[in-house]
Amino acid sequence: MAIWCMDLAIDRWRLVSEESADADPVVLITETARGPRIDAANRAAQGSGARAGMLLADARALCPALVVQPSDPAGDLAMLEALALWAQRWGPWSALDPPDGLLVDTAGVAHLYGGETALLADAARRFARRGLGVRLALAPTAGAAWALAHHGRDRSILDLHDEPMARLADLPAAALRLDDDVLVLLRRLGLKRLGDLHGVDRAALARRFRNRRSAAANPLLRLDQLLGLVPEPALPVIGVSAPMVERRLMEPIRHRALLDRVVADLAADMVRVLEGLGQGARRLELGLWKLDGEVVVRRLELAAATRDASHIVRLMAGKLDDIDAGLGIELMRLRVSWSEPLALAQADFEEAAERHGTSLAACIDRLSARLGEAAVCRPVPYASHVPERAQRWRPPLEPPPAEQGALAFHARPLKLLDLPESIAVLYATPDGLPRRFRWRGNVHEIARAEGPERIAPEWWREKSTARLRDYYRIEDDTGRRYWIYRAGIAGDGRGGAPEWFLQGLCG
Amino acid sequence: MASTHASSSADPAATPAHGLVPGLLARVGPIEGRWSPGQGFDCRHTEIFAAAGEASGAGLALAFALNRAGQSQASQAADEDQRPWLWVQDKAARRLGGRPYRAGLPQALRHRLVHVSAESPEDALFALEEGLRCRDLAFVVGEIAGNPRALDFTASRRLSLAAEKHGVPLWLIRLGARRDLGSARMRWEARAAPSPPPRWNGHAPGPPRWHADLFRAHTFQPGRWILGTGKSPTDDPTTLFAEATSTSPDHGDLVHGPGDRPVAAG
Repeated sequence: MAIWCMDLAIDRWRLVSEESADADPVVLITETARGPRIDAANRAAQGSGARAGMLLADARALCPALVVQPSDPAGDLAMLEALALWAQRWGPWSALDPPDGLLVDTAGVAHLYGGETALLADAARRFARRGLGVRLALAPTAGAAWALAHHGRDRSILDLHDEPMARLADLPAAALRLDDDVLVLLRRLGLKRLGDLHGVDRAALARRFRNRRSAAANPLLRLDQLLGLVPEPALPVIGVSAPMVERRLMEPIRHRALLDRVVADLAADMVRVLEGLGQGARRLELGLWKLDGEVVVRRLELAAATRDASHIVRLMAGKLDDIDAGLGIELMRLRVSWSEPLALAQADFEEAAERHGTSLAACIDRLSARLGEAAVCRPVPYASHVPERAQRWRPPLEPPPAEQGALAFHARPLKLLDLPESIAVLYATPDGLPRRFRWRGNVHEIARAEGPERIAPEWWREKSTARLRDYYRIEDDTGRRYWIYRAGIAGDGRGGAPEWFLQGLCG
Repeated sequence: MASTHASSSADPAATPAHGLVPGLLARVGPIEGRWSPGQGFDCRHTEIFAAAGEASGAGLALAFALNRAGQSQASQAADEDQRPWLWVQDKAARRLGGRPYRAGLPQALRHRLVHVSAESPEDALFALEEGLRCRDLAFVVGEIAGNPRALDFTASRRLSLAAEKHGVPLWLIRLGARRDLGSARMRWEARAAPSPPPRWNGHAPGPPRWHADLFRAHTFQPGRWILGTGKSPTDDPTTLFAEATSTSPDHGDLVHGPGDRPVAAG
């Protein structure tokens, strides 16, 4: 069954704004580069000449009394998703057909409603009760149902035993769900109806559209889908409910001790809910509804799925320090917006932690809850020649990326300064080995040096003025080992005299 | 040769289970004599004092850690330890000495590093203690610069107790710090030593060597060594060896300053 909500945006706006009549001409607009453009217009506005796709200025010229409201495509899509879930009352699967359509799989369902006509009547009645204007059609394939809903009579039914082309031949080519430029092309070819297209020699059409791979650009593919010769998988909408527990409080609470108590209760409830589902929480959201109507939301993310109440309470307590209770908190709600499957395992975490130590995931959770997400990380290699770019910091429990074997003959320092520090170097010749340098106020006599190891700038990442680097591994007279480089060489035309930097400390 | 010297005294069967039981109260056992590489691994909490402008402290700590891993692997014939390890740095330590660089870490350790960049010494101490309580960590390395107020004897004792209770070794590197009061079982002072010439290029820096001064230990006599690993800078064997024992009499003061011990101790 295909459902086409003809004026989804306008209907939704009417439902939201709760105005009964369409007395005023209303248009919904979006801002574009050429000024506001009309997305949808209600009946009164259409009567006075406004059309979807018009510029607002043109429509104003036709009807100065237009009432303008911003359109909300994201809200429309959210409503369509909600409708898709609701439409599963007529069939086990439903799929979105953006921007304003739905497809419901009603195979073998019609007899429950007393026949296909009765099924469509039921659907039409229920949509009308929700205040949505729809056109419905029932057909063996999604393509045929869509074509009938958009371009056929309302509530038309294509029976399985009907010859589909006999019923659909009069529909325009637009009923094939094609892109605009393909429609223009078909019109220029004189193929205006489905019957025309069906009559043409198939090989000729296949040759003309041989390099159109996507279905929306290839009329033959669409025609086959419509006739059921080619399968057309649809992505079903599945409702996933986030586990949620809440506590309504008889007396608004204003003190931290009570708040902690309620959080502990909520966590215990949530653990029970999650246990029933066989899930563990990865992200938790705690909402606090205050008496003055304000809502405070605190979010907590965990390194691994967990179902341990004391662990959750302990981490959440760190996030509740800066809450201003105001007049008091009357409702608390804990919601798991991201959960992962977690089989039943050991229960008592804190006691086990005292005896056997914590697990790595719990340790990282505790660290990142206090120090911040970015403070705990692990270095991973990255494909780059430039030393500071060849390492990146990633979350510690992420799987390591694929890695190319490193070249073993490059000795690298144990530690790298966050920013290379400028040093003053004495050298024999501008391109020769350094002799002595001054760093942080101390003079280091260079006893031994190895180099240069030349690392050229990565032209595909850096500006053309980036200078090459000559790295030297050096050891001073007391045995301290450093990694220094000279940025640029004399006369490379990318700045003045070469500068020296100390970048790494060797162990 | 230096390695034969090391292996003769580093026989794990020859060293009895002396010193510290992993309990809350460590009894001070009899002084065992001189330390040599491969000994003292039942000491869980080691402090290494090092200058801020060199990476000797970190290098020595990792050499100790690798040596310890190699010893336990040889004795238990277990497969290689693949548990991650923790490196905690406070902000001043990061500013002075930089962050760990993966390509420069020893081959056996580089893929297992979990780095914690704490803002304050308090946060770093918290991270160290949490790391010591974690059973999934092989060892913990901490780097704290100077003598922050938070790292007093109580904090040091907390770390010792946590390390002994859970059996996770801790090497705490003190960058540019005075020798203050601390409860670490072994306290070292490390600075760089001139390296031996490598095999192929006589002008290049060789494998690392450190002047290591064990100035305070519960079960060993204090002493000084030149420690080192590896014959060439690119290979990283887990053997740590004492190259020369510098028992020169010019030990400085015969009595250390009172900084590292209570003056009024009975």
